Amino acid sequence: MEILVCVKRVPDTSENEIEVNSEGSDIERDDLVYSVNEWDNYAVEEAIQIIDKVGGSVTVAAIGDDESEEVLRREMAMGADKGILLSDEAFEKSDGRGLATILKATVEKGNYDLILTGAQSDTGAAQTGAMLAAMLDRPYASLVNLVEVIDDSTLKIGREIDGGNQEMHEIKLPCVLSIQTGINEPRYVGIRGIRKVASVEIPTLGAADLGIDTATIGDSGAKTKCIDYFVPVMGEGAEMIEGDTEEIVVKLVEILKSKGGIK
Amino acid sequence: MQIFAYIINKNGKADDTALELALAAKKLDSEAQVTAIVAGSGIDSVCQEVSAAYNDVWKIDHAALAYPDSEIMGKILPKLLPEKAVLLLAHEYLAMDMAPGLAIRMNSAYIADVTDIEGLDGSVAKLVRQEFSGMVSTHNTCDLSDGAVITIRPGVFATEETPAVGGSVVDKSGDIVIPETQRKYLETVEAEVGDVDISNSEVLVSVGRGIEEEDNIEIIKELAEAMGVDYSCSRPIVDAKWMEKSRQVGTSGKTVKPKVYMALGISGAFQHLGGIKGSPFIIAINKNPKAPIFQVADIGVEGDILEIIPELTEKVNELKG
Repeated sequence: MEILVCVKRVPDTSENEIEVNSEGSDIERDDLVYSVNEWDNYAVEEAIQIIDKVGGSVTVAAIGDDESEEVLRREMAMGADKGILLSDEAFEKSDGRGLATILKATVEKGNYDLILTGAQSDTGAAQTGAMLAAMLDRPYASLVNLVEVIDDSTLKIGREIDGGNQEMHEIKLPCVLSIQTGINEPRYVGIRGIRKVASVEIPTLGAADLGIDTATIGDSGAKTKCIDYFVPVMGEGAEMIEGDTEEIVVKLVEILKSKGGIK
Repeated sequence: MQIFAYIINKNGKADDTALELALAAKKLDSEAQVTAIVAGSGIDSVCQEVSAAYNDVWKIDHAALAYPDSEIMGKILPKLLPEKAVLLLAHEYLAMDMAPGLAIRMNSAYIADVTDIEGLDGSVAKLVRQEFSGMVSTHNTCDLSDGAVITIRPGVFATEETPAVGGSVVDKSGDIVIPETQRKYLETVEAEVGDVDISNSEVLVSVGRGIEEEDNIEIIKELAEAMGVDYSCSRPIVDAKWMEKSRQVGTSGKTVKPKVYMALGISGAFQHLGGIKGSPFIIAINKNPKAPIFQVADIGVEGDILEIIPELTEKVNELKG
């Protein structure tokens, strides 16, 4: 089975405090720790596990600048066979449709049976995989937390729905799936693993290579645009307890007692 | 403007989001004609129920829609809706499956998980959404001139002031043809029942990513034991297989309604908060002072749970003697 996994380099929210810059035009990107989007990492692991069972190859593709190459190498160190960097100034400021347009052109350059994306990324829209599937007119399922290969043309998949329940479907190949976290346990990648793939060539493809009309992507193709960033205010905010650990703990016990938190 | 709203329904009842979408449509354009779309099998009662809040209701009743398959609906709706339609859906698992592809098939704009609607400037809507697990919000423009598919975060539009419109039901069932699809629904597998049903717990000690390592989970169990209460967790803990799924709080896990909720190393993504009902007293401890949890918590501590929790457990044990 030929599998393409679309991955993205994102600021790691577990390693960073995300702050808005002084103009509100972006988040503060200096000194941010970046990593592969968590959902995408599960998607790559799933792809590797599938080809370990049925054979084939895994290609990882990322839209981004040169720095996205490190993310591709990381995923190749996990076991992906090939990497493709999709990079062009014309790709910048694409909305979901623009990104899906770039990926569609990439898919059509290859011969993929299965295309995986993460269920969502840093922007939280959970849109790219579904848009790509519609553009390719292939079947799609989101929030996938189980994949079983039935035969050459069919997968059995599970979708995570509400309340911990799971919807089971049969889906025909070629198809697009967006992968939910928790579907597997992504393998650990050490420095040594990354060194092994350090010299593997990763081709870079731009709009011209992919035959994309640049009017359909980037800022000019975007029907949805982010205009500024701000810090949300959801509630009145917590009353913050300060002091050394002893003082904090004494105060917490008092509060817990008064609220019936200690049985 | 004419706005459509796709109504989620189960077992003959409309989802809470049915009314929220009616409000969202009015907030987008107070003059809008708002049409509810109810699809399913045996849905007369749902149509009646939602008609009070909509100008009209389009009923699509078909045995093949007993399970609302997004692959089927995703092909029916672009044919049924007028060109350049504006369609609202609740941002949950059905919309995530269906809505982005609909926007492509309708050749319209798409914007997901909207948390507020600031208004309309000509054909351009100004909408608020969140990025980075709710740590920052953004203002966005969405050009509706070619139509749009917009998903609305459940729960953000309070349903007290439901518009009373009293619309009629229009049967559109004859206007559709069920398309062939390449995906077939098999069954829904119910969540496993765990050893403790946290949905009934009065007090929950709940842990998130801030616990860092599996071995540290023990300090949470010890605190819960000292307090004599149940423990639960957020999604990353279950993804890492450090606790069973039945202890996960959130929209994809359990809905809980405790009196007191301790959020320990939990940042407070909306999928987590969506599983906490009944306005409990929330105590949050987190290293990140900007964590969204501090906005909804009653009491907050900026600090490391790995330091504070063992001390707290000791103090609780002292108190109990």
